[in-house]
Amino acid sequence: MSQAADATPAAAPRSVIEARDLCLTFATNDGPVHALSDVDLTIRQGDFVSFIGPSGCGKTTFLRVIADLERPTSGTITVNGMTPEEARRARAYGYVFQAAALYPWRTIAGNIRLPIEIMGFSKPEQEKRIDRVLRLVELDGFGKKYPWQLSGGMQQRASIARALAFDADLLLMDEPFGALDEIVRDHLNEQLLKLWRTTGKTIGFVTHSIPEAVYLSTRIVVMSPRPGRIVDVIESPLPLERPLDIRESPEFLAVAHRVREGLRAGHSYD
Amino acid sequence: MSWTRSLLPILTVVAAIVAVWYLSAVALNMPWERDQAARAGTEVAFLDRVAGTLAQDRPVLPAPHQVVAEIWKTTAEQKITSKRSLVYHGWITLSATLLGFVFGTALGMLLAVGIVHSRAMDLSIMPWVIASQTIPILALAPMIIVVLNAVGLKGLIPKALISTYLSFFPVVVGMVKGLRSPDRIQLDLMRTWSASGTQTFWKLRWPASTPYLFASLKIAAAASLVGAIVGEMPTGAVAGLGARLLAGSYYGQTIQIWAALFAAAALAAALVALIGLAGRVTLTRMGFGR
Ligand SMILES: Nc1ncnc2c1ncn2[C@@H]1O[C@H](COP(=O)(O)OP(=O)(O)OP(=O)(O)O)[C@@H](O)[C@H]1O
Ligand SMILES: [Mg+2]
Repeated sequence: MSQAADATPAAAPRSVIEARDLCLTFATNDGPVHALSDVDLTIRQGDFVSFIGPSGCGKTTFLRVIADLERPTSGTITVNGMTPEEARRARAYGYVFQAAALYPWRTIAGNIRLPIEIMGFSKPEQEKRIDRVLRLVELDGFGKKYPWQLSGGMQQRASIARALAFDADLLLMDEPFGALDEIVRDHLNEQLLKLWRTTGKTIGFVTHSIPEAVYLSTRIVVMSPRPGRIVDVIESPLPLERPLDIRESPEFLAVAHRVREGLRAGHSYD
Repeated sequence: MSWTRSLLPILTVVAAIVAVWYLSAVALNMPWERDQAARAGTEVAFLDRVAGTLAQDRPVLPAPHQVVAEIWKTTAEQKITSKRSLVYHGWITLSATLLGFVFGTALGMLLAVGIVHSRAMDLSIMPWVIASQTIPILALAPMIIVVLNAVGLKGLIPKALISTYLSFFPVVVGMVKGLRSPDRIQLDLMRTWSASGTQTFWKLRWPASTPYLFASLKIAAAASLVGAIVGEMPTGAVAGLGARLLAGSYYGQTIQIWAALFAAAALAAALVALIGLAGRVTLTRMGFGR
């Protein structure tokens, strides 16, 4: 379970997230739920890390711990060398939820403006950033539309733009494309990869889809439930340049196979 | 198109109501006609008696045309400053209604904001808010009037306060629901941006509550009107629709009672329609769409 990749050599890029022996137990009416158990993980600057695993294995919980939306029961975690709370106050990350959660009373531009308005950017700076991120997610020209006038895929792109509008180097995405159809999803995956390469952000990405995880990631974290833990961390051998048809290459299929093995191993515990 | 299509069922219902009303008027006013005929010792033909039931001075149930005639007489044919004008009385009631509505809305909003932001207020105030509405207003109104009279408050303010008492309730309930309507994701998002409480309120909770606010304002306006009318009854029946109702019942002027009732209903309908329109315009302009 402990991976060679976790021992970061001094020359490697600086680590953005370091989790050590992280445990989180929810006290529920039906007794304690061990959502995370002894999670050790290092995410380095510029990584694209996918979390994959069956429902209830703690993927969302781990992302929420990084985001200071949930407190660990024991263990340590740092984000940019700070506690998650300090990192949140320093606005170190953008979070994209499974639902776009756009405000219906704000236009697309107004929704993207929301975080930077809260963070106190000047008016001209706001406009500049809105323009930039709308172009980044290929929604230029849609700024004046209201959310209900856009398709589900476009709404999700708008919510990604909203998370990109401020200067967080870390992007946390919880099944952002889970509710979309395959074709839209392929397109958004391509876009996301391009965006990641051009912005150099660090991305933590939760998904249920093996091909999606393999296609996007530099590292894939395979998790298993009850208690939620990491069963495998896979370094992707794929090149950074990834056309969609890379998914038929033998390297791709080999990684996908290893992910599937990891998921199966996780399941055999119960 | 959809307009004319919805008109037909409405007209059908109105026609049915008018028909039932005429039949009831004949049935309810007939005993008096029969008494009169018996007392005079004359035989009156059935049809004449039916005609009589629809033209009495103090019928048990006035016929629709009598009420319409009374409304016409007391609106179009009177100077609006006259004590006999329904417009004059309507305005007296409306001014108390509006003032009470404004008070009630403001009070309701303040309480809702407090209840949503403080658990202590939620636990301590909410039960009282609900209990306040279980006391029959008819029992409470005279006491409020008397107490306020004793401290020198007369006329508009006491009535408005009774309106306030009735109208703040739907606003509290609706606003609390509206301010709590943002879901977990939207609140979590605010937290990830480390937004302050004030920012979360003005940028999320407040706009999210607008549709709820307008829904409860409609109920509050109607309740406010009821409050103003009830508030006019114990004042010794000086002016206002409530006074007309009371005076009408003192002197058995049923036609006057019904005319006042219709004036009150028309006022309520107008207020609710106006708020509905304002709500639709506001929500469309805010982009709530469809
Ligand atoms: N607030 C909470 N209170 C109690 N239990 C919780 C809470 N949040 C999550 N859990 C439990 O913790 C476990 C992990 O949940 P989590 O949402 O992290 O799973 P997940 O891997 O994201 O699943 P999915 O793929 O279905 O989104 C589950 O058993 C879940 O029921
Ligand atoms: Mg989840």
